[in-house]
Amino acid sequence: MQLKTVQAPRAAVRYFEGGSGPDLVFLHSAGGITADDPFLAALAETHHVYAPLIPGYGDSDEAPEIRDMLDFTLHGWDVVAALGLKDPILVGHSMGGMIAAEMAAIAPNDVSRLALIAPAGLWDDDHPIPDLFATLPFEMPALLFHDAVAGAAMLTAGRDVEDPGFLQAYLVTNARQLGMAGRILFPIPERGLHQRLYRIKARTVLIWGDSDKLIPPAYAHAFKKAIAGATLVSIPEAGHMVTLEKTAQVAEAVASLG
Amino acid sequence: MKFTWFNLMPWPYLPDDFRETNRSVWVDIDQRLFDPVKSHAVYNTYMDLLEYADRLGFDGVGVNEHHQNGYGIMPSPNIIAAGLARRTKDAALVVLGNSIALYNPPIRVAEEFAMLDCISGGRLVAGFPVGTSMDTNYCYGQIPSLTREKYQEAHDLIVKAWTTREPFAWNGRYNKLRHVNIWPRPIQQPHPPVHIPGGGSVETYDFCLDNTYSYSYLSFSGYLRAQALMSGYWKRVEERGADKSPYRAGFAQTICVADTDAEAERLYSEHISYFYNRCLHVYPGFADAPGYRTIKTIQTGALSQYAPPRGGYATLTWKELTEGGHVIAGSPETVRQRMEELIKGLNVGNIFCLMHVGDMPADKCMYSTKLFAEKVMPKLKAMFPSWAPEWVDDNRFWTTPLKDRVTAGRLPTEAPTSADLASTYALEAGE
Repeated sequence: MQLKTVQAPRAAVRYFEGGSGPDLVFLHSAGGITADDPFLAALAETHHVYAPLIPGYGDSDEAPEIRDMLDFTLHGWDVVAALGLKDPILVGHSMGGMIAAEMAAIAPNDVSRLALIAPAGLWDDDHPIPDLFATLPFEMPALLFHDAVAGAAMLTAGRDVEDPGFLQAYLVTNARQLGMAGRILFPIPERGLHQRLYRIKARTVLIWGDSDKLIPPAYAHAFKKAIAGATLVSIPEAGHMVTLEKTAQVAEAVASLG
Repeated sequence: MKFTWFNLMPWPYLPDDFRETNRSVWVDIDQRLFDPVKSHAVYNTYMDLLEYADRLGFDGVGVNEHHQNGYGIMPSPNIIAAGLARRTKDAALVVLGNSIALYNPPIRVAEEFAMLDCISGGRLVAGFPVGTSMDTNYCYGQIPSLTREKYQEAHDLIVKAWTTREPFAWNGRYNKLRHVNIWPRPIQQPHPPVHIPGGGSVETYDFCLDNTYSYSYLSFSGYLRAQALMSGYWKRVEERGADKSPYRAGFAQTICVADTDAEAERLYSEHISYFYNRCLHVYPGFADAPGYRTIKTIQTGALSQYAPPRGGYATLTWKELTEGGHVIAGSPETVRQRMEELIKGLNVGNIFCLMHVGDMPADKCMYSTKLFAEKVMPKLKAMFPSWAPEWVDDNRFWTTPLKDRVTAGRLPTEAPTSADLASTYALEAGE
């Protein structure tokens, strides 16, 4: 994966690019994404992958003018246009799934294939989504992974948590990344998507880990009901980070779109 | 010097095992720990104590705004201040303050503060905090990384509403108002003095300097730890070429006075411990929402003022708390010495005296308050001989009340009779 920059109207956008095959745009979750992400590598085996960073993520510039859901959605289309793509396969995970669904709803004729991996964007009082913004780092693995121990190892890999500079760097990264994510996810990750899902025309596949504790599978059924013709791929023994826990199965489900 | 007697209004009935059985004193604290029947006496006692401070000659009485917590049961400080406006005589009403990003529309604050200023005869000090992350983000749902922008707009709108004599339109990002035209408006002109409580956000320094507002550092870790932050503030004052009036700054300090140092420990240590160990027991996940503080502030290394020291407060002894300056406690002479160190060290003219601590009962609080007012405060009053004369009564940062103020309850005890009215209004009737 190569890290590149493309100028969009609201921000200079950093993105990863790699692989060959049909064009595919991947929108990452609130946790962000890195060049060595195994899921990006898996997608790149069969697709030409573009994975733009939301402003504020990684080393990308912040974009103060992107404040609300409409701003995020239009920025998403701005980036697709800036990359020179037409009707790419649109894939999003969690927060990225929420943005992808909004993009598909606002411009239903511009996207024909959509993969939503445990997307945010709906709210059900009977299944309240835990407050990610009040979750401490040590609580994350149990919330995000089916196998919390293995998940913890994945989250801390390559990081020296004993390094005195680590905490400050961590706080700055968190403020930049989750601060930005909070604009559409805080305090409740719902910005009216349920009123717009009917507009989606894309062939849609929903991909969900059976033991997702952050956005429980009840939401998979709500999305399936609201998007005409959507299919659901449920993956056993996987949590919210299904892309890391069952990388090949998720990539295969995405590839079913072509 | 201006001394403001401050009451955080903690809930005094948190159980002994509170820390073990509750993850947080704030946001998701167990509802059942609040007893409305008991609160009747608690609220009235707390207000009585604020009124007592006025009678003892404190320059101000102080209240503030917090939500969903056992640390301070004052979601609306304006309600308390309204009671105080009627029952206090001379003290400034220091409302420190209203979290203006939380009011919709924020002209509500312009109106309520104006009411307080009018009722009190121009005794209001208006505080505009961003609010803690617990209050603003987790309780009141404001998006962390947009809170400051919303705060800024609310501030600009309030000040414009106070100072504009014609109806105007406000086309803001967060507020759309076609006809802004507040009734009433404040007595103090151009508006009441403004204090900005800050917890170390560097952007706030410039905001205060640009607008001639007083910067108040509210922390519970005491004046020794505040040196670095306050010297950063004064450095900025100097860089900007502003005068160094000590009233540009305020500091909150927990203070307990007794006859002797030993008596202070005997009387107050349990209440200090209650405050630090129960009232400040904030779940770290609620202390600082990502995006709430700016990157610049995080990079200065300033941590939330609610963040406990390494190992927590539970491990700190009375000796460590007093020697470390978290708490200034002891005999009047001990307290005077420590206060002098504080005032000189931080160069602060406004002291917010936290004299009701944790579950302290009213009698102890009165005892401590009276000793401070009579034996400490007079000696500190004029302790800046080096101050330029214009700073001694620097009313840019303090109230300018009406000279002639009415007192509450001055109606005659009996309603007039028909004959009384006939005589009072005889002339008018004859015209």
